[in-house]
Amino acid sequence: MAKHKVTMTINGESVTAEVDSRLLLVHFIRENLDMTGTHIGCDTSSCGACTILIDGKSVKSCTYLTVRADGANITTIEGIAADGTNHPLQKAFHDQHGLHCGFCTPGMIMRSIDMLNTNPNPTEKEIRWGISGNLCRCTGYNNIVKSVQQAAEEMAKEKEATV
Amino acid sequence: MFSCKTSPEVGGMGHSVKRKEDARFLHGKGNYTDDVKLPGMLSMVIVRSPYAYAKIKSINKEKALAIDGVLAVITGEDLAQYNLHWMPTLLSDSQMVLPTDTVMHQSQEVCAVIATDRYIAVDGAEAVEVDYEPMAALVDPFKALDEGAPLLRPDKEGQKDNQIYHWERGEREKTDAAIAAADVVVKERIHLPRIHVASIETCGVVASYDKDTEKMLIYLTSQAPHAIRTILALVAGHVGLSEEKIRIIAPDIGGGFGGKVPVYPGYVIAIAASFLIGKPVKWIEDRSENLVNGFARDYHMDCELAATKEGKIQAFKVSTLADHGYTDSSANPSKYPTGMFSICTGSYDYEHAFAELDAVYTNKAPGGVAYRCSFRVTEAVHAIERMVDKLAAEIGKDPAQLRFENFIKKEDFPYASPLGWSYDSGDYKQTLEKAMDMIGYDDYKKEQAEKRAQGKLMGIGICTFTEVVGAGPSKDFDILGIAMFDSAEIRVHPTGKALARFGTKSQGQGHETTYAQILAEELGIPYTDIEIDEGDTDTAPYGLGTYASRSTPTAGAAAAMAARKLKDKGKKIAAYLLEVSEDDIEWEVGKYFVKGAPEKSKTIQDVAFAAYTNIPPGMEPGFEATHYYDPPNLTFPNGAYICVVEVDEETGAIDVKRFVAIDDCGNIINPMIVEGQVHGGLTQGIAPAMYEGIVYDDEGNVLNGTLMDYLVPTAVESPHWETGHTITPSPHHPLGAKGVAESPTVGAPPAIANAIIDALYPLGIKHLDIPITPDKVWDAIQVAKAKA
Repeated sequence: MAKHKVTMTINGESVTAEVDSRLLLVHFIRENLDMTGTHIGCDTSSCGACTILIDGKSVKSCTYLTVRADGANITTIEGIAADGTNHPLQKAFHDQHGLHCGFCTPGMIMRSIDMLNTNPNPTEKEIRWGISGNLCRCTGYNNIVKSVQQAAEEMAKEKEATV
Repeated sequence: MFSCKTSPEVGGMGHSVKRKEDARFLHGKGNYTDDVKLPGMLSMVIVRSPYAYAKIKSINKEKALAIDGVLAVITGEDLAQYNLHWMPTLLSDSQMVLPTDTVMHQSQEVCAVIATDRYIAVDGAEAVEVDYEPMAALVDPFKALDEGAPLLRPDKEGQKDNQIYHWERGEREKTDAAIAAADVVVKERIHLPRIHVASIETCGVVASYDKDTEKMLIYLTSQAPHAIRTILALVAGHVGLSEEKIRIIAPDIGGGFGGKVPVYPGYVIAIAASFLIGKPVKWIEDRSENLVNGFARDYHMDCELAATKEGKIQAFKVSTLADHGYTDSSANPSKYPTGMFSICTGSYDYEHAFAELDAVYTNKAPGGVAYRCSFRVTEAVHAIERMVDKLAAEIGKDPAQLRFENFIKKEDFPYASPLGWSYDSGDYKQTLEKAMDMIGYDDYKKEQAEKRAQGKLMGIGICTFTEVVGAGPSKDFDILGIAMFDSAEIRVHPTGKALARFGTKSQGQGHETTYAQILAEELGIPYTDIEIDEGDTDTAPYGLGTYASRSTPTAGAAAAMAARKLKDKGKKIAAYLLEVSEDDIEWEVGKYFVKGAPEKSKTIQDVAFAAYTNIPPGMEPGFEATHYYDPPNLTFPNGAYICVVEVDEETGAIDVKRFVAIDDCGNIINPMIVEGQVHGGLTQGIAPAMYEGIVYDDEGNVLNGTLMDYLVPTAVESPHWETGHTITPSPHHPLGAKGVAESPTVGAPPAIANAIIDALYPLGIKHLDIPITPDKVWDAIQVAKAKA
């Protein structure tokens, strides 16, 4: 199996590794880097549990080759807030009971970050379509929608405060 | 309504405190089975059958074993040397761990490859050469009992045909007579489709056998770790795996819904592999393996409901054909092969009922798991609720009115049902009235009349269900002989903080919060000061696990009872500290005080400290209690759900406009969590009603074995759920609670089906089986129009 040298930034830290050409990014993150917050639910890009940010855009890492991420800037759930703090979406999912088993939650949050970056003030319908690539089997989505709404408001306030 | 006895800081029952378990999940620090990594761990991948029914002529391991990193290929012949190639199901049928000669369904395990990593194991699995001789598969359950049908289980002694069992309950003759004499009889064959729990985390195991200590450590996606440990010891005791040497840890679980109750062959193969190799072995299902193996429902129910011409229900009869696949791997209590299906008489008061069921083998994946349902309650409720609506339509009566006229009355509880249950409590009239008020039923009726006049298709559907949850009592309920009680063990530390352990296992239900709230309610120790621990068989007290909405009815009750033991001991300590007689001590949440002198008091924390530092003479030190709770009866949560839909006649598209769910689950521990459970259950109700169903072709191939074609609802398909409550406490539960999480999964499908059929009724469409998809609606409309 051919090996390839890749270098990428993950959660602000530069990582260099020799990887098989077929190694999927989700396995690189989970197995090689021991960051297990990014989950695998389907292997077919259907459930979104493996969603991460690559150069700021949400990507399903279960169908993305590690070699393709050479030079990329990657963020996973472990990297969205400093230790002991919460991203507004993490706080909102807690406040609004937007998680039950927690398995889809990291992917749901990573997708929502990208969605709110693109559309900071989404309607309920836009939120529902915006997270429609991520499956949750526990919550029935009502409270995920409310979580994203709360985070959108808080992020807007934060933005206002910094302007 | 329920009023809180504790302050929000203490956080007892009725407070919507935020969940204690959230932080680790939100930060990506949950610890699911696939997150477990042990030194030297190997990876296992299973080779599966492409055929539904075939002889295995040979398995050639050579090319696989030649791959660098492939350590072993394990076959049925290998396991047969240890007599581990078959295992019992939870319902005492038998299931192959790995086959020695025949495969019985598509995707059945054929052999397993053990390698140094998953990629190499997949290479190995692809390199294994299996020579099959395919046979004609038996796919249609209605042909299973035909003369000339292949005998699928000749391995079972005395098995002469494909019938697994016949079951019946009630009075056949009296029911038949009542039906024969009735003014009105409505009939329908109703199918509940074969579906899958499709938890986002699939099933998996990490098995780690230490040859020196002879201990087998198993991380397992299990809702019932204690029961599984006992079963493993019974199955593998002869090779040296005895129960004290087995430790099962169910770590964080990414959704269970009943799918993580059974023992799957993959678990056993990985455990056997670790035992033989002496290294940790991990096996995690991929999504297709998950969806195509194991299932729920698949009941074909012939229903007859008889009534007077005014609509007074007189008798209900249901004859069911159950397709179990090649083995009955239901996880039901042993005396209840059809689970609690006999709850099918519903929320209505009438005298005569009869239910019978024939279970058959086919060449499909085994199952019959209790998917978010207390063992076949979903099937039972669908049958009666569809039939009640059919009766209403037949006699031209408003379905709400028909229900009001037939409800069991509030004053009739405890109510003895015609099929033998003792319903504990309920106020069905009030619950339905509340749902009708909340949705604006009368206004929708008017709107519907107007829309019908314009030729538009609008429907209103009701379901008023009664559930039966919380097994035991242990005299009636057991799994493979193990009585269905559950347990709680509380240790209050000297500083007044506590650790409590349970025999159940949360899969997202929020036990770390709600159990702490129960103890806060009973002891007055703030819920934030109480750690909850579950899922480790080395530390947790024995219990039967979490499924069938049994955690609150059993382990929740155990928590209250254990806390009350502590409170009794605390009273003696308080009397000693306050230098008064025990009779002079009174309790209010969190403190003991002297009768008539409330300023003389000791907090529960003072008393806990004294239990370790200043013990009354003659008293056993420490402040701990354990309780094993064996419930005197089941609990009967109920609810009234109303759904409003519009159907596009041109395309068959269905738009769910509103859905209101009023649940009565007795006293509520945490309203926020209960509401969340109802939301989730409702989405798992709309799923089979409109989207999900495992489809087989005539050769036994699964046609939708991925999440690209097995349609789990997204946020777009899920309506904005509206919820509410009535509260009728359970009279026999120590907290008056009943359990809730399964009610919405049970109640939603008939409400949605009834709404869609109501919309289509003007076209002459009187029934459709779920899932009611746009193409099914469109086809039905074309047929109806052709007839007209």
